[in-house]
Formats: sequence, structure tokens, C-alpha cells
Amino acid sequence: MPVNKVFKSCDEAVAGIFDGATIMVGGFGSYGGLPINLIVALSRQGAKDLTVIANMGGVGFELSKRIKPGGYQDLGVLFEHGQVKKFIGSVPALGGMPPDSPLERMYNEGRVEIEVVPQGTLAERIRCGAGGLGGFYTPVGVGTVVAKGKEKKVIDGKEYILEMPLTADFALIKAHKADTLGNLVYRRTARCFNPVMATAAATTIVEVDDLVEVGQLDPEIVVTPHVYVHRIVEVKQ
Amino acid sequence: MKARLDEQTIALRAAREFADGSVVNLGYGMPGLCADFIPEGRAVFFQSENGMLGYGNLASDAEKDYEMINASDQPVTPLPGMCFFDSAAAFDMIRGGHIDVVVLGAYQVSEKGDLANWGRPGRPATGMGGGMDLAAGAKKVIVTMLHTTKTGEPRIVKKCTYPLTAARCVTLVITDLAVIEVTGKGLVLKEIAPGWTVPEVQALTEARLIPASDLKEIEL
Repeated sequence: MPVNKVFKSCDEAVAGIFDGATIMVGGFGSYGGLPINLIVALSRQGAKDLTVIANMGGVGFELSKRIKPGGYQDLGVLFEHGQVKKFIGSVPALGGMPPDSPLERMYNEGRVEIEVVPQGTLAERIRCGAGGLGGFYTPVGVGTVVAKGKEKKVIDGKEYILEMPLTADFALIKAHKADTLGNLVYRRTARCFNPVMATAAATTIVEVDDLVEVGQLDPEIVVTPHVYVHRIVEVKQ
Repeated sequence: MKARLDEQTIALRAAREFADGSVVNLGYGMPGLCADFIPEGRAVFFQSENGMLGYGNLASDAEKDYEMINASDQPVTPLPGMCFFDSAAAFDMIRGGHIDVVVLGAYQVSEKGDLANWGRPGRPATGMGGGMDLAAGAKKVIVTMLHTTKTGEPRIVKKCTYPLTAARCVTLVITDLAVIEVTGKGLVLKEIAPGWTVPEVQALTEARLIPASDLKEIEL
């Protein structure tokens, strides 16, 4: 019998996330692929001193009202609650928005550390970590602040910098459908960082729109194989 | 005050650079407007770094689906033949040289084609997103921007003072005053906004402009 991976609630699924953990959070921006129910459950759970790896830092609930009437929750809630000590991502804060996102405010107050990573380099560092590789040479960032302190190498006359792998203790992932084994499929652009991050964590926790029985997903369209998935919660849309 | 081109017109001019069948990525802000101005009779495949190729226009309120967004977080419409992939695949496509044209905004462009488009004074927490990957990987980098800052400072400079996105990557700059090509000899002024003279545009440009032998009014 395979172990039971299905959890009844997001609160139960994020239990055991410990203080000081490194957490990857899927998605792209403030919506579309963000595992928002798991994020909010983690904000309730209260783990602190977290290192969060995500593409964007979120705008936070107050600032989101300027984008959408009534506002919405995003990753900003973890910063609002002071749970994060370090953020690694490509857009900590949006230059086109006022400097009022929870992450930017905390950064300006010296309460959180930021490591800014070009978006493609972020994806590739995670893929490297997931695949057991020790790093890779990329031309992205050569001649910029990103290259600072990194090993340089010229290959076939072109300059590259060495980027190191990223892994995590936990990944919070949004998928469209899962079977009870943990095979995942995604919907449209909600795929984004989710499949990459799902493969790079010791414990991968997934919220899905629909949970189906084994055998109901066409094996030809499975994007994330079940071996990477440890906890599943169905959150009906 | 002489009239300058508006953002729609800058985007219209930039979209004329999209060849039939080309794969195009549009950056945050003004570049996104290019999607509405594809020249008639040309097929263009828009790539978005959050993982799709071949999407359509911005979605109307009735069509909005927040799992169908471009990289500027705007809902867009699907088109026949489109496909989805993950972020790692999206950037393989970008770094691997499969993007014909990227249109990016900028704070500054230097006379050597250096691009600064992500960081600015007083905002240390902003990030470059996919800009560095796109600037380094796309075959052609077009910058659309206003020729000067709100306070009238030139954005086309000898050397960028803002943090670089990538060095020597820009091929064409399209502003509200001019179309400028970055060449080995320097910045060639190819087209100029209606009613403006070369000395007037040069006065608002820190880097030296070389008027093209066939310099003309901006063609739309």
C-alpha cells in the first residue's frame, strides 16, 4: 500500500513546517498559479525565520486594493506577519508600484534580507538542485551586479558566470488536478514555477482544484510525476 | 512645447519591426501595447516567460481568466496553436536563442547599447524579473521609452549610471522623438518625430547621434 498523501485541510498539510525552514512557493506574480490557500495556512501556522524562494515578493493585501477592488491575498501576508528572514527571487518588489509592499517596507527597515536573482537563473538553479547538479555557467548577468563575487569562465570566447543550485525543505505548489498518488497536471499559465519547484524540495505540498482516483489522469499528460509529491489538499474553486 | 509621439504611437512603430512568423516577447509596461499593433498580414507568435507561446490580445472583462496571464500579470486570450510550458522551459527558449525580438522598457540606454531597465535610486528592493535573461538571449533587443525623464534629463547617455541589465545588447531604440540604431560606429539617428530637427533631438540626448544619410520622419 502506498502511503496516504491526501490531507483534509491546508492547515493540516502545512503542519510541521518548522522555524528556520527554507520554503519554495510556486506561482509567478500575485495570482495565477500561486498556492494561496497553503500560503494563508502557513501564515496561520506561524513558522518564523523562514527563507522563502519565490519569483515575486507579492504586493500585500493593502497595496493589492489599488490593483483590484477589495484586494487579494498573496505572498505578502508572510512578510506582514514577520515570518520571513530572507527572500530569494527575481522581483522582490515591483518598481511600477509604490514602495509599500510588506517585503519592501521590511527590507527598508532592515528586517529582511533579499537575494535578487534573474528569473531564468532562478528557474535553472532550482532545476539544478532538483536534479542533483552542482551548478551551471550562464551568460545572464555578466557585466552586472549579479556577477559580483561569482566565478567567471570563458567558453568558446563567450563570458559566463557560475550559478549555484537551490533546494528547499518544503515546496508549496498549486496544480489543477492530482490523482491520489500525487501525479499532477496544471492549467494554462498557472504552471509557471510550480513544476520546477515541486521537484526540488524534501517535502512538496500541493493544493489542487480537483483530486481524482488513480487511473483517471492520462499518463501522457502528467507533468509532475508522483514521486515528487508528498502532501495533497483539494481546494475546490 | 512641440508635440511628441504618444505611447501608442511608439508601440505602433516598434511593432513594425516584427517580421512575419517571428517569435516576440513583450516586456513590462509600454512594450505590452505592441500586441495591439501587429502589421496586417503578418503572423507573430508572442512568447511570455511565465510559460506560453502564441497567445492573443488582452482579455475583455468577460474573458478574464487569472490562470491565463502574460508576464505583466494581465489576462490575455488563447489562440489556436498556442502552448504552455514551465518557467525553466520558458527560459531555455529565451537563453537558447529562440526569441527573435524582445521589446523592453528602459531607464537608460548607453551609446554602446548597454541597457539599464530594472533598478533605480531609492528603490533597492526592486528586481530585474526576466529582463536580464531576455536582454542576453533574444536575437534582437528593441527598447521603447520616452526620450527624456520627467525632469528633462536625457535617457540616452554616454554611460549608464543606473544598474545594468546587460551590456551591449540593444539593437534599436524607439522613443517619442526618434528611432535610433545601435551600430559599431555609434548611435545612428534613422528617423525623427514630425516637426523636430536633428539639433533639437541631439540637445535632449547625452550620447552623440550620427544622422543617417537617409534620415526621415518616423514612418508609421
